[in-house]
Order: sequence, then structure tokens, then C-alpha cells
Amino acid sequence: MKRLRISSTRPEPALLGLGLLAALAALLSLCLGAAAVPPGEVLAALLGRGSGPAARIILYARLPRTCGCLLAGAALAVSGTVIQGVLGNPLAAPNVIGVNAGAGFFTAICAALWPTWTAAVPFAAFLGALGGVLLVLFIAERTGASRMTLVLAGVAVSGMFSAGIDAVLTLYPDALNGYTDFRVGGVANLAMSRILPAFWVVLAAFLLVLSLAGEMDVLLLGEETARSLGLPARPLRLVLLALAAALAGAAVSFAGLLGFVGLIAPHMTRRLVGEDSSARLVLAAALGGAGLLTLCDIVARTIFAPYELPVGVVLSLLGGPFFIWLLVRQKSRPSRRRKEAGRA
Amino acid sequence: MLELKSLSAGYPGHSILEDVCLAVRPGKVLVLLGPNGCGKSTLLRTIPGLLPALGGEVLLDGKPLGSYTPRQAAQKIAYLPQSRTVPSITARRMALHGRFPYLSYPRRYRREDFAAVDRAFAQVDAADLAERPMAELSGGQRQKVYLAMALAQETDIILMDEPTTYLDVRHQLETLALTRRLAAEGRGLAVVLHDLCLALAVADEVAVLGAGRLLALGGAEEIYQSRILEEVMGVRLDRSAGPRGWRYFCELPEEA
Repeated sequence: MKRLRISSTRPEPALLGLGLLAALAALLSLCLGAAAVPPGEVLAALLGRGSGPAARIILYARLPRTCGCLLAGAALAVSGTVIQGVLGNPLAAPNVIGVNAGAGFFTAICAALWPTWTAAVPFAAFLGALGGVLLVLFIAERTGASRMTLVLAGVAVSGMFSAGIDAVLTLYPDALNGYTDFRVGGVANLAMSRILPAFWVVLAAFLLVLSLAGEMDVLLLGEETARSLGLPARPLRLVLLALAAALAGAAVSFAGLLGFVGLIAPHMTRRLVGEDSSARLVLAAALGGAGLLTLCDIVARTIFAPYELPVGVVLSLLGGPFFIWLLVRQKSRPSRRRKEAGRA
Repeated sequence: MLELKSLSAGYPGHSILEDVCLAVRPGKVLVLLGPNGCGKSTLLRTIPGLLPALGGEVLLDGKPLGSYTPRQAAQKIAYLPQSRTVPSITARRMALHGRFPYLSYPRRYRREDFAAVDRAFAQVDAADLAERPMAELSGGQRQKVYLAMALAQETDIILMDEPTTYLDVRHQLETLALTRRLAAEGRGLAVVLHDLCLALAVADEVAVLGAGRLLALGGAEEIYQSRILEEVMGVRLDRSAGPRGWRYFCELPEEA
């Protein structure tokens, strides 16, 4: 019972609710589309007892697409949660601080030079993502390490990596042939074989993040307090950022440059479950991100049916205003985790 | 026991205090005094290694502090900074983090950790605050929670950087009474204070810092009699007998 006492108000129902949301979104995603398939037939197809075009649609189009949405949404949301927590910056997210663009650049290079090595793509993406975040951190620290310099350094680095992606695509127009809508982020025409390597990377990084949740909690108290509690704050921060890069990189490796999931989902789940426990927050972000991206994808492919929008378009339409709202709130209230006015 | 052997503190290329020799003894309250900018806080942060020492060394129970792992050191020395970020967590969660040095990877809090936190809250008389969010607490209440966190850390040595800042007078006196109680339990405390009168009333030993070095070290009575504080701080310091011991007060010196 002691464990329960530390929980603030109704967190576990929130986790359950987010889980249900993700499951419902997944079911809808399997049923809805250019041709609606009733849930009964979906189930039959999943169990291998279906036949005919409906079963083929489910198994080869909607199932990979749904799995891709769930995986990319969860990975990017957890990545955003870690990045925001570790940097203590609510504006930070994988697409803001150069992680996505770095991963995208390396994915493009990998696809251009070694088109048959699909299993290597998530690892290349991880290297790119890590390179992106380290470069942004380095620039931000050199220029004052404020919340804004971090975001601005992210814009600069993302811009450079995007130019790199464009250059690769100009030189190798066919490189990202299998990657529809890579630039804006999309999950159409996915094959399970492309999701699977990323899945293992995401799973490993996610479990490691969960195992470091206690350390993340202490890191949130500020570097000085963390170190006075015996936590090697700086190395740990790098480890966590590397894990965040692995998560975002794996998502980018098959879904392209999806923006804003990693920004919106952590903010929404933080409101739902609070910040008492990073473990709970990470779980909630995974479920919330998976549900959010899947729902956005459903909207993307039904709103102008039979034409489909890439899910990245829908996300950006949602995410842009959300980011602006965050900026406005930043101005009126300097920080959620504010510092007591010090004379220091 | 914590000993400072010719410790020099400051930032690379900019030494603030040099050659400081002090000891934080079990059962005693050592108060660090000095004018603003004399390096009291810098010294306090250098002791547990939050800032690298520019020279000299810190001995913990006779062994160099560097020979302890960060985790071992955190089981021996608690440090309360003057100001810190206020996370969006409950007071109990905050105090529970004081148990962090006792957990091994992956960190999961155990029954004894919760018990230690309960004891700590009782000690600072703040059991009623445990379930409240930190952001909603007043400065005095927060200070109690930080103290509970330091107590949950169950260390022999507690370093406090101006623990009475931001507090109203009642909470200031309560905090200092608590430091006396902790010393009575056998802990060694080093406390940076800027209020001379409170400092002299609470201290077993006073270290006066100024001009980049340790100017004087002695019992509260000895330091008062030596008049060095008047010289360093530029005030007149007097006292009168009260029913519960000396009452100190400061005023500006008469213009010559």
C-alpha cells in the first residue's frame, strides 16, 4: 500500500485510458480507409482465416501501416519526453533540436548508397540522430545554453541536414523510392520488413529508458542537486539523449520526418499523469503518442478519401499552432519548473 | 568528521578563497560568515565536489573524499543549495529522492526508504505537507521539505547554504532550532548564514571568511569577543542578556 501513497491523483486510470485510446485507434485504423472493412473480417484476417481482397488489404496494407503508426508515435513521444526532461526545456522535441533531420539525412545516405541494406537503416538513422543532437547541444552551450538558443541551434542544424537530404535526393532520385512522403513524414506503403528492424531498436531503447526512470526523476531536480545525490549527471544526460536519438532515429528510418508528435504527446500526457514519476510519464507518452499518430493517420486518409494525405501534413497542421501556443505561454510564464528568485 | 586541508575554492583562473583549513565535527554546528561575495557558497559547493577544488583536499573520516564513489559520498554528505528549481512533483516524492544514494540500478524505492521519509517529515514537523505539490508550497514549507529530503539521506554531515533565505522570522528560528536538534543527534553541520545575530546564537564554532581567506575560527564567544566580525562586516555588534541566553544585535557604526 505504501507504493500507492506516492501516486498523485488517479494516474493509473489515465494510463488505462491512454491504452484504450491506442487500442481503439489501432482497430479503427484497421477498419477504416478507402474501403471500410467490418471489425469481424479484420479479426478473421488477422487470425489468418480471412480470404479475398479484404484480407489482403488488411494484412499487406493496413496492418503494416497501423503497426508503423503505433511504433513511430510511441518512439517519437518517448523520445520527446526524454529530451524535454533531460534538457529541462518544454520547447525541445526530436524535430526541434535536429534529431529527426539528422536521422533523415543518414537514412537518405544509407538508402542511396546501400539500397539493399534495409536492416542497417535504423542504425544509420540512430547515428544521424545522435550527431544532430550532439551538434545542437554543442552549439547551444557555446552560445549561452538558454531555451531559445537551443531551439535556434536546432533550426540551423535541421536546415543543414534538410539541405543534405535534398542534395542526396537530387543526386540519387530513386534512393527513397520506397519512402513515400519522406520529407513530410508518412506511413503509406509500409512493409513489415522495414518496420521490424526499427521495432527491435525501439524496444531496446524503450526498456533502457524505463530502467533509467529513477535517474531521470533525480535529473529533473537540477544538475547540482542530482550530483549531490551521487548521480553522475553529465554522463547520464548523454546516455539518455543517445537513447532518445535511437528512438527518434528508428521512427524516422521508416516513417520519414514526422514532426510534432514528439512535441505534442509529451505535453498532453504530462498534463494527464503529472511529473511525479518518470516511469509513468514515459509509459503514458508511449501510449499517447501511439494513439495520437494513429488517429492523425486515420484523419489523413479519410478526410479527402479516396485521396490520401501524408500523416505528416495533418500533424503539422495540428502541431504548428500548438508550438506557437507553447511559445506564447513561455513568454507569459518563463518556465513551468521555475527557479526561486535567487540573489546568488 | 569532515576536514578541509588547505582547500582553495573558486573557478579555473579565478581563485576566491585560498588555503582554508576547517573541520566539520560530529555533534557541532559550524557557521560560515563573511560579507557578500567572500566565497562562502563557493566553499560550501567545493566541499562535496560540486565544484572542483583549486588546491588542497577534503578528508572524510580521514580518507580523501575522492576515494569515495559519488554514491558513497552522497551517503555521507548532504548538501542543501540556496535556491533550486521547483519541480512539479509532490513533497513526498521530493523527499524520497533523498534516498537515491541507497538504491542500486534499476532504482526502485523500498519499504525502508518510505519509512525513512516518514521519519524525516516527522522530524521537520511537516507530515501534513507530504502529499502537497511542491509548486503550491510557501518558501518556508518548501525549505522544510528540502530539509526532510536531506534528513532522508541519513548522512553524518549536512551542508546548508543560507537555509533561512526567503523565510519569515518564525521559519528562520525553526530552521535554526532544527540544526541544533540535528547536531544533538550527532550529525556535523556546516551552515552558511548572513545574519550575524542568528549565527552567533546557533553556532558552536564560527569561521569568518574575507579577503580571500579564512580570517578567524573559534567558538561563538571567542569570535564575539575578538570583535573581528565588526571589522569584517563593517557594523557594530552588541549583545544583551536575555532569559534564554545572549541576544545579539547589529547597527551601523557611528560616523567618525
